[in-house]
Amino acid sequence: MSTINQASRRDFMKIAAAAGGGLFLGFNWSDSKAAPVVVDAKHIAAGSVKFNSYLSIGSDNSITIVSPNPEIGQGIKTAFPLVVAEELDADWKLVKTVQGNLDTAHFERQVTGGSGAVPHSWERLRKAGATARHLLINAAAAKWGVPASEITTADSKLFHKASGKSASYGEFAEAAGKLTAPGDIKLKDEKTFKLIGQSVRNVDNKNIATGKPLFGLDFYREGMLFALIQRPKAFGLKLKSVDSAAAKAMPGIVDVVTFENSVAVVGKSTWQCKKAKDALKIEYEKAAELESSEDHNRIFSNLMDNGEATVRRKNGDVEAAFKSAAKVIKAEYQCPFLPHSPLEPMNFFAHVREDGVELVGPTQTPDRARGEAAKITGFPPEKITVEITRQGGGFGRRLSADFAIEAVHVSKLVKAPVKVIWTREDDMTGGTYRPAVRYRFEAALDKNGEMIGYKLRGVGINSGNPTREDNFPSGSVDNLLIDSVEHKSAITTGPWRAPITNFLAYAEQSFIDEVAEAAGKDPIEFRLALLEKAKKSPAGEVKYDVDRMIAVIKLAAEKSNWGKKKGVHQGFSVYFSHRSYVAQVGEVVVEKGKPTLKNIIAAVDCGIVINKSGSLQQVRGGVVDGIGHAMFGNMTFKGGAPDQSNFNGFRLIRMNEIPEVDVHFVDNGISPTGLGEPALPPAGGAVANAFYKATKQRLRNQPFINEEAFKGIS
Amino acid sequence: MALFKLTINNRAYSAEVEGDTPLLWVLRDNLGLVGTKYGCGIAQCGACTVHLDGKAVRSCVLPVSSVGKAKVTTIEGLSEKGDHPVQKAWDEVDVAQCGYCQAGQIMTAAAFLKEKPKPTEEEIVGAMSGNLCRCGTYHRIREAVKVAATKTN
Repeated sequence: MSTINQASRRDFMKIAAAAGGGLFLGFNWSDSKAAPVVVDAKHIAAGSVKFNSYLSIGSDNSITIVSPNPEIGQGIKTAFPLVVAEELDADWKLVKTVQGNLDTAHFERQVTGGSGAVPHSWERLRKAGATARHLLINAAAAKWGVPASEITTADSKLFHKASGKSASYGEFAEAAGKLTAPGDIKLKDEKTFKLIGQSVRNVDNKNIATGKPLFGLDFYREGMLFALIQRPKAFGLKLKSVDSAAAKAMPGIVDVVTFENSVAVVGKSTWQCKKAKDALKIEYEKAAELESSEDHNRIFSNLMDNGEATVRRKNGDVEAAFKSAAKVIKAEYQCPFLPHSPLEPMNFFAHVREDGVELVGPTQTPDRARGEAAKITGFPPEKITVEITRQGGGFGRRLSADFAIEAVHVSKLVKAPVKVIWTREDDMTGGTYRPAVRYRFEAALDKNGEMIGYKLRGVGINSGNPTREDNFPSGSVDNLLIDSVEHKSAITTGPWRAPITNFLAYAEQSFIDEVAEAAGKDPIEFRLALLEKAKKSPAGEVKYDVDRMIAVIKLAAEKSNWGKKKGVHQGFSVYFSHRSYVAQVGEVVVEKGKPTLKNIIAAVDCGIVINKSGSLQQVRGGVVDGIGHAMFGNMTFKGGAPDQSNFNGFRLIRMNEIPEVDVHFVDNGISPTGLGEPALPPAGGAVANAFYKATKQRLRNQPFINEEAFKGIS
Repeated sequence: MALFKLTINNRAYSAEVEGDTPLLWVLRDNLGLVGTKYGCGIAQCGACTVHLDGKAVRSCVLPVSSVGKAKVTTIEGLSEKGDHPVQKAWDEVDVAQCGYCQAGQIMTAAAFLKEKPKPTEEEIVGAMSGNLCRCGTYHRIREAVKVAATKTN
């Protein structure tokens, strides 16, 4: 058994050889201006020519495109090839997509994170398709003895109208493969796109719906051992002693090994390892403060008033503005730690051999996994391979390499191929959480209700900078101070889908709603006035596109029929993140005295929409993720240990709890910006502000479910 | 350790395991049927859903010793060619994001529609709310069950 991924890789190579002389296109992605190079199958098979992206057209008319970035559910394995196919004028039904493995010599930015893959690769992918099309046309022109300018293409076919000649791409693949590619290639007019902007189904639908082995957890290698690992049960503990005698004597157990603060039970099946792990007797000792959530609340309060803050942005004279204010509004918002909870728990395969290392598994950063393996084993990177599997969600958790590091350690110690598997409990209690943060907002209004001063202090636990100091409303307020304080803790944190903004956006957009109300203004009009100010007389640098933000605000207002629906309580929110703009209107209806979240209307500007079906679902899923965690997500600590360890204690949103999500994309022809994350940040604010309209109660802490005012909402 | 004889997807299998081993891990580790997924191990997420004599069960909490002569159906055996009405609807509606939970969702939906071929939306939501989808594809799961219901006769 092997993963589909591995099989596909081989298939691709086979296709390359079988097509014998088909068209192969490599691209130097490290420099988008570099001339594309055309080579034949021999070169690709021998790996002697340096390429960064492969597009191949076989003489059988098949088209194969390698997608280098990890697929975690964001739809990249469908979107990337779609862009190439558009410029190629390919018949989409003939396109086969293959997941690339780690190959830093040929690909760059093989990362899934920051909603950055499409913005990074957009032009490169288009050029790949356009160049191949150009070569096919020239090959046909030479054979037919007609001017290349008279040849048209559609659905993987070439046509010459005057002579009535036509051919498939496959017929000219070999001849095109012998031509030299132009250094400069003309791309399509975006208005003529035929595939981009359509709804195209996920290329792996069939494999997913029939249970094919696609994911890291599905990978199996003959002779492979399983490993479950006991990590310290609390953050701040370190290993003192291990008694593994009972565990070692249990059926199926091959060995128990220790590295750093971890104890790995290695055996022949997951279940046998799990039972033996439970039989380990381990003593720990304190290495750092064992913090509880109560400690964190105390730390927040103390640092908010007394912490030494790092100034992130300062405009004008804030103290003077607040002194002269007719009205001052002040509020604090707080969010808890959150685990990522991808449904496929962490896992990774490693085989440390005498001559190198093989790594296979779900990772958002394959290059990081390789780098860590190199450090542990001493092998140079070229002796270490990384096969990227499909991943059952990531949400930022798989940007870390801890699980890969573990697999390398264990394989090295037991000298065998090993797959490390985390149980759900391991996954939820294992750290790298979304950091807990408290924010204090202050706004100064003059007698006309204009915001003349704005202050934000963020205090976070292992949060780095918990603000996004250059985001709106920065630039729209003359006197502004944004600073932050960080508390260092043994509890590990890491990026969580839309890092920081996944909470900051809700807090800030809720606070702005409070300020608008205090100013006696409509929340949308209030924001638009601030944006007009940012445009006409900006306070300092403005690092977001004011017009794009105004456009999504207006679209959301129009599509939600803002302020004109009877019996519907609407709340507004807008945010800029990952280069994209999303405005949302939440709608709460009171039924039998009970406020119920009915709808979210989302207006999204992510530039050109590549795959309508995938994009629509990214937005809906992002909104569901955002409101789910805002309402229910809560991770608390006692003595350094998480109180929640599985989905019985940690609540994820379910189908009976979702509102309808109505999505509208702005059609502005701008090159694509991010979409994996930007729909999430505004969701919590839209809900909280709608809820306020219905109940006159502010929701200033997440999860909402713990707020007295929220009780009874569904 | 004992030898368990199982009927899975109309085929005979045997596995030498301890009787308390959940069916999920026998399927995945011993028999190579990895379409059935592990998500939580405590029957909270539904990723491990299989059919036992046609009824949807959580294989992560079902000891292999209690399966007996019951017929097990996994996602690999739901249809021969991957063309069960639910599987077809899942593609048509383009449900999957990461796809990890979808085998469990499909197995839950297939068993539900067998019981209730023409469900109301409320019944669909009731039946499917036991299955978690971390990507949040719930709108499309709901839609796909509706579409599948039009295909199931």
